[in-house]
Amino acid sequence: MKKEGASAKTKFFKPQTRKSFITYAMVIVAFVVMQILSSGGYISSMLTGLLVPLCVYSILAVSLNLTVGILGELSLGQAGFMCVGAYTSAIFSIVTSETIENVWIRFPLAILIGGIIAAVFGILIGIPVLRLKGDYLAIVTLAFGEIIKNVFAALYLGYDSKGVHVSLKSLSNLNLEPDGKLILNGPQGISGTPNDSTFIIGAVMLLITLIIAYNFVYSRTGRAVMAIRDNVIAAESVGLNITKYKLVTFALTAFLAGCAGALYSHNFYTLQASKFDYNLSILILVFVVLGGIGSIRGSVIAAIVLVLLPEMLRSINSYRMLIYSIVLIVMMIITSNEKTKTFISANTAKFKALFKREKVKEAE
Amino acid sequence: MKNVKRILALTVSAALAVSCFAGCGNGAKKNSDTIVIGCSGPLTGDAAQYGVAVKNAIELAVKDVNDAGGINGTKLSYVFEDDEADSGDKAVNAYNALKDNGMQVMVGTVTTASCLAVIEKTKQDNIFQLTPSASAQDVIKNDNCFQVCFTDPNQGKGSADYIAENKLATKIAVIYDSSDAYSSGIFNTFKSEAEAKGLDIVAEQSFTKDSKTDFSAQISAAKNAGADLVFLPIYYQQASLILTQCKSANYNPTFFGCDGLDGLLSIKNFDTSLCEGVMLLTPFAAEAQDQATQDFVKKYKDAYNGETPNQFAADAYDGVMVLAELMKKEGITADMSASDICDKLKKAISDKDFSYDGLTGTGMKWGEDGAVSKDPKAVIIKNGAYSALTADDIAASTAQ
Repeated sequence: MKKEGASAKTKFFKPQTRKSFITYAMVIVAFVVMQILSSGGYISSMLTGLLVPLCVYSILAVSLNLTVGILGELSLGQAGFMCVGAYTSAIFSIVTSETIENVWIRFPLAILIGGIIAAVFGILIGIPVLRLKGDYLAIVTLAFGEIIKNVFAALYLGYDSKGVHVSLKSLSNLNLEPDGKLILNGPQGISGTPNDSTFIIGAVMLLITLIIAYNFVYSRTGRAVMAIRDNVIAAESVGLNITKYKLVTFALTAFLAGCAGALYSHNFYTLQASKFDYNLSILILVFVVLGGIGSIRGSVIAAIVLVLLPEMLRSINSYRMLIYSIVLIVMMIITSNEKTKTFISANTAKFKALFKREKVKEAE
Repeated sequence: MKNVKRILALTVSAALAVSCFAGCGNGAKKNSDTIVIGCSGPLTGDAAQYGVAVKNAIELAVKDVNDAGGINGTKLSYVFEDDEADSGDKAVNAYNALKDNGMQVMVGTVTTASCLAVIEKTKQDNIFQLTPSASAQDVIKNDNCFQVCFTDPNQGKGSADYIAENKLATKIAVIYDSSDAYSSGIFNTFKSEAEAKGLDIVAEQSFTKDSKTDFSAQISAAKNAGADLVFLPIYYQQASLILTQCKSANYNPTFFGCDGLDGLLSIKNFDTSLCEGVMLLTPFAAEAQDQATQDFVKKYKDAYNGETPNQFAADAYDGVMVLAELMKKEGITADMSASDICDKLKKAISDKDFSYDGLTGTGMKWGEDGAVSKDPKAVIIKNGAYSALTADDIAASTAQ
């Protein structure tokens, strides 16, 4: 009875609201199912270990989709923003782990700090970079990501009674006193980050990200951004401030990537900058492209499928990377080929009809 | 009716989704007849040859142990997962996959970065970990983790001591990879020990993972500083380039390296005559003449298409053999839990009376801190082969 009431109500929602609510519902259902399964001990330890990374990659894909899909600019610096968020939040947590003992205060603060500092970097990078277009923007963001990675890989940071010590050369140049605490150890990165990330926090963050993304897309700003994507000259002629809207989108992407980085770094005991190379940026771009550029729900699904796939294929060992790449190619062909597209849409229409027929009757 | 169909469709799809997730791993499935050794290492990616070498050596060692009667009659078996030498989620995924496959003892991981990612997990699960080749100091900070290889700081310290004691040089240049944990780890301790021993480091030159092909700037800096010894705490691929580029820059100092240089002689299309006189501290050299090494190299070559085992393989082989020895002593059986095995092995390996003669050193002993103590062997490349470094060689190199 209840269900019918709900479905009758959905008629009054705008299509976009329904779309976003279906996505939220999918995330919540997936979360509840996984939670029940894991509390019953039905899932393997590998899948349990994958739950937080799945949230991280989904958030990264959704946030990159704002720049790639909504703004229409190719950015390859996602790993760089994630790196900034991961490092700053981890440093914050290590430094304050003794003063702020309550995880529920410390961890959200760490996530916010990671996100905000990443957003600051996003704005700083965005100001010069967003005047570039297409390939040039991609190249510059790629370079930015590499610079961030290399700076963090070379950074030594510690503190003692004399204050904070920073060195870009070597551990001995840090001149740390014997009782000092080493936080960042160059290429060996950070160790001792408190493991605060849990699946609950990850799922809540994914949900918040989705709410932000959907509301952004359907807001006034979002419409302006899409107008800029579709035709810059037309958008400019109606008086839209191009740089502002581009910068807002870019900063939002960086903020969410920074938050994802914080979630990532607090899931592992150690963190090394070498993880955040351009391969990671491209991996996230693959999620976005495969899930459908501009489709937020698609990004989440693609991220989950593509992160799970190589792990699920472990049983066939040496062939797994081969199969993974074949699946990628096949999926790309299927999603871009006109014939397969019409075939799929015809079938989904049939499938949807199964659910819709009742409503049609009601409407009649 | 329509409603029933709809609900049916929903339940079926939900059931499918659930069974898909639940089916992919059904907890710890364990073969109860054997003791399962788990290892993770890179089988794909840049460092794949290290992972493959370790995998082969573990296979060989497990077979040897089983042929010799197993652990008091119980056979060993092994599982190996690919971690792509990743420093984050992939290493943890590989570890979790090993756990799902019923791992009771871990011989891993192969690389330092992955090892740092899993040490807290093995600590939580209380699984005994003996890494063949992850050499960073942080790897062994928990009491359940032990190393077969030298710790990076020991290598740096050992090298500085060796150079100082044998008066190999007074002016030293260092070229190292500042983006690599192994290389910078050795460099940091080398530097502080060199200062303590009165060695003069005249040039500190670094490169990163992204700029490891052209070393002309670093070489000319070393040359201009008048260094008569260049210390190379790096891997052999880059070292081969440095040797070639030094040759063309007409710069002929003494080269000194650590175990990462092992492999120089087996690089394809590389003029190995450039390696003449290169000295390195390494626990294993495939060309060594002792019986144990010869037997191992022969077995390995026969089993794997004539490939020469490197130091990683030797460390892994020793690791499994050490474990087998300890298991026999402690009477480990297949039905014991990983945690019980860990508690027993932890005590047994750091026992003062336990020592092991293996491929990578004789009289190997472990302290409670997890580091191994064995003598580093200094070797020099002479006539295209490794040979033990003698006083005559030192005299010859300093006379130049």
